[in-house]
Amino acid sequence: MRLILGLALLLLLALGALGAPLVQEALGHDPFAPDLFLRHGPASPEHPLGTDELGRDLLLRLLYGARVSLAVGLATALAAAVLGTAIGLLAAWRGGALDAVLMRLADGMLALPALPVLVVLAAADTGRIGLPRGEPLSDIIRIVAILTIFGWVGVARLARAAALSVLARDYVRAARALGAGEGRILLRHVVPNIAGPIAVATALAVAGAILAESTLSFLGLGIAPPAASWGNMLSNAQDLVFSAPWAAVWPGLAILLAVAGCTLVADGLRR
Amino acid sequence: MIRLLAARLVQIAVTMAILSFAMFLLIGLMPGDPIDLAIAGDPRLTAEDAARLRALHGLDQPLLARYAAWAGGLLEGRFGHSRLFAQPVADIIAPALVSTLVLLGGALLLAGGIGIALGLLAAARPRLAPAVDAIAILGQSAPSFWLGILLIILFAVTLGWLPAGGMSETGGLDSLRFLVLPVATLAIANLAAYARHSAAAVGLTLREPWITAARARGNGEARVLLRHAFPNAAVPVLQVAALDAGALVGGALITETLFARPGMGKLIYDAVMGNDTNLALVALLLVALVTMLATLAADLAQRALDPRLRDA
Repeated sequence: MRLILGLALLLLLALGALGAPLVQEALGHDPFAPDLFLRHGPASPEHPLGTDELGRDLLLRLLYGARVSLAVGLATALAAAVLGTAIGLLAAWRGGALDAVLMRLADGMLALPALPVLVVLAAADTGRIGLPRGEPLSDIIRIVAILTIFGWVGVARLARAAALSVLARDYVRAARALGAGEGRILLRHVVPNIAGPIAVATALAVAGAILAESTLSFLGLGIAPPAASWGNMLSNAQDLVFSAPWAAVWPGLAILLAVAGCTLVADGLRR
Repeated sequence: MIRLLAARLVQIAVTMAILSFAMFLLIGLMPGDPIDLAIAGDPRLTAEDAARLRALHGLDQPLLARYAAWAGGLLEGRFGHSRLFAQPVADIIAPALVSTLVLLGGALLLAGGIGIALGLLAAARPRLAPAVDAIAILGQSAPSFWLGILLIILFAVTLGWLPAGGMSETGGLDSLRFLVLPVATLAIANLAAYARHSAAAVGLTLREPWITAARARGNGEARVLLRHAFPNAAVPVLQVAALDAGALVGGALITETLFARPGMGKLIYDAVMGNDTNLALVALLLVALVTMLATLAADLAQRALDPRLRDA
């Protein structure tokens, strides 16, 4: 039930993101070109949700923003899942001092207040390593990299716990007795059997990444305009609340639906 | 207990050392050093002046030597100066920390109170559990800056009951009015975890045989819930408080920025935006330290409440 509801929500948002160019053609205007005669326009047949403070169509920016926000969420979760699974497996398999060091590192990361650290990280100048600020693709890569620094922890803890119990099973000992190499045991016997917890942790990582990206973009440290992301559509919301309250409502609602969708999927997978 | 405390304090010290080093290196990547900024503000400075200033402040030293000098100064209580505010960092941070702790305390009380009440409700009346669950999922999924914006639209713009942000100019009771919306925003964003965990913990406890025994002795349902079930469910709830300390502090950064409240979160944000690296670093480290000590306090409280945890 939860799984279906969550997947339906995410499918709806993904369809909106993919269909953005079609909607743009149907409405016939450019969501990135300012039109100062149309600032804070009300909802109308040409602009179903009205226009923003630069006269750009809100619905179209919402749909194009979905592409950026969902892409950041998925890419971060994917990177966190790969890195977290690798670290969790390594810790469970090697045990001993390496396990202790990796898990203390994970504990330390969990105990830190993530957002203030992310804010400082997001302000670092990545231009020197070839990622100039303000270009959509390099902004996305930068944010994904920063969010992955915290994202792997949840996956690694769940993967380690699950891998520990699988590694103690008889079929792993049987495989070892049959002469299977350690790499084959980990990839063919352990990973498929811990896929469940990893999927749950990954779904939660998508939710966390979408929230974190929107927060950083809201603070002006994430995806830079004119590219649209749900967070940066709210970045001057303090002014919006007086002039166009509805413009401040829609992007947040989209974030809420996306994050709730991922949380429902994670809950559904867990049962 | 003592061993645990010692081990955790060592862990906190190591985390602080790694964090400070990593952040110091990364800030080295931030655009411009303080001398560049000083030159930008005063066109009469020449390149020779800049070089002399760099040597004077040790900015011509390698990064590692600068880190050692800076970290050593912190340990001796020399926090340096803020470029942005032109004041000693310690003088800026002290009032900001107090302001943030007031915000966090209020939000923690409200989030814990409402969250636990919702959790008890869900455990005692299973028919209401789906509704509580829905509230929890919505509360967890809504970005807190957006919740704050909605509250501002409703209570400050439409109804005009409360100020949209800032601090009171008269002080006293009036400052409470400025605290309502930030505290409410932070509390709503954080109550979901308390509701979910207390519902699960109380639900488990209600299945214990001694609950049946308490009912059999003729205790009323309310008494069973509050006197028998809840105290035993308090430990998992305290664990949420420990786990969520970081999220709460992160939420404070958002609410303070949104509501223009001078506190640690806004200080870090302003320092980062204003290229005030020393202030940003010191404030970040202090916030991390306070968060980790709060987590440790919650863990110790759990052990004090539940003797079964003490051996572990």
